[in-house]
Amino acid sequence: MTSKRIAYLGLLISLAFVFSYVETLIPVYPGIPGAKLGLANLVVITALYTLGAKDALWLSVIRIVLVACTFGNMAGMLYSLAGAALSYTVMVIAKKTGKLSLPVVSVLGGVFHNVGQLIVAMFVVETASLVYYLPALMLVGGASGAAIGALGAMVTIRLRGWGGV
Amino acid sequence: MGKKTWKYDIIVIAVLLSLTLAAYIAVRLAQDAKTPGGVAVVTVDGTERGRYALNEERREQITLADGAYNVLMISEGRADITDASCPDKICVRHRAVDKSGQSIVCLPNKVVVEIKGGEKADVDLITQ
Repeated sequence: MTSKRIAYLGLLISLAFVFSYVETLIPVYPGIPGAKLGLANLVVITALYTLGAKDALWLSVIRIVLVACTFGNMAGMLYSLAGAALSYTVMVIAKKTGKLSLPVVSVLGGVFHNVGQLIVAMFVVETASLVYYLPALMLVGGASGAAIGALGAMVTIRLRGWGGV
Repeated sequence: MGKKTWKYDIIVIAVLLSLTLAAYIAVRLAQDAKTPGGVAVVTVDGTERGRYALNEERREQITLADGAYNVLMISEGRADITDASCPDKICVRHRAVDKSGQSIVCLPNKVVVEIKGGEKADVDLITQ
C-alpha cells in the first residue's frame, strides 16, 4: 500500500464519516423503521470501484464503528453492520460478474442493505411480522441505491483521470 | 459503460421490481381485512406485555424498566402510538394500525404493537 493510497483511503473514511453525520441532520421519516438516504454508501461504492473490494470493506467497517461511537448507539451499530455486510457482499458479487453497470450494483446494494437490517431487527425484537415492511424497504432501498449509484458513476469517471491510487 | 450492453442491468432491475411486487402482494394477502374483533398485542423485547381490544377506547402507557415509555392510544378501532421517549419517534409518526398482521415498531425501546385475531370480516369488506 503506497502512502498515496493510504491517504486516499483515509480521506474516503472521513468523508463517509461526515456523510453519516450530515444524514442525521436530514429528517427522513416515511414511517418505515430503518429507511435512510444512505449517503455514506456513495463513498463505499466509489471506493469499491477505485480502490477495490478489500479497502471498501475496511472503509465500511471503520465508518460504522466510528459512527456508532459518536452519534449512534450499539443497537444501531448491529443493524448497520448487518445491512452493510449483506449489501457489501451482494455488491462485490454483482461487480465481479462484470456485466452490471455501477448504478445497478448500487441499487442491489441499497435493497440488500435494508433486507439485512430487517433480518437483524426481526431477531432483536423477536417479531416475525416485521417482514411486512419488506416490500416498502426494498423499494426505498432500491430508489436511494439508484440515486447514490448515479452519483457514484459520475464521481468514479472523474476520479479515473486522477492518476491511479 | 458507453458501449456496454444494458441487457443484464435491465434483467436485474426487472427481477428486483417483480420481487418487490411479489413481496407486496404476499404481505397484502397475509394481512386480513379489517378485523373489528381484533386486539392490539404489546410486546416488549419479545415478551408479551398486554392485549387490548380494539373496540374499546383507551390510553395505555407502556413504561419500561429504564424509564423509557410509549403511549398507546386505541380509538375508533385503531391502535396508534401517540407519544414516546425514543429519540427517533418513528413509532409516533407511524400511521394507526387496525388490520390483523399490521404492527408499529419502536426499535429503540424494543416495543412492538401488533394487531392480531378477529375473524376475517368479509361482510365488512363488501359493505365498506
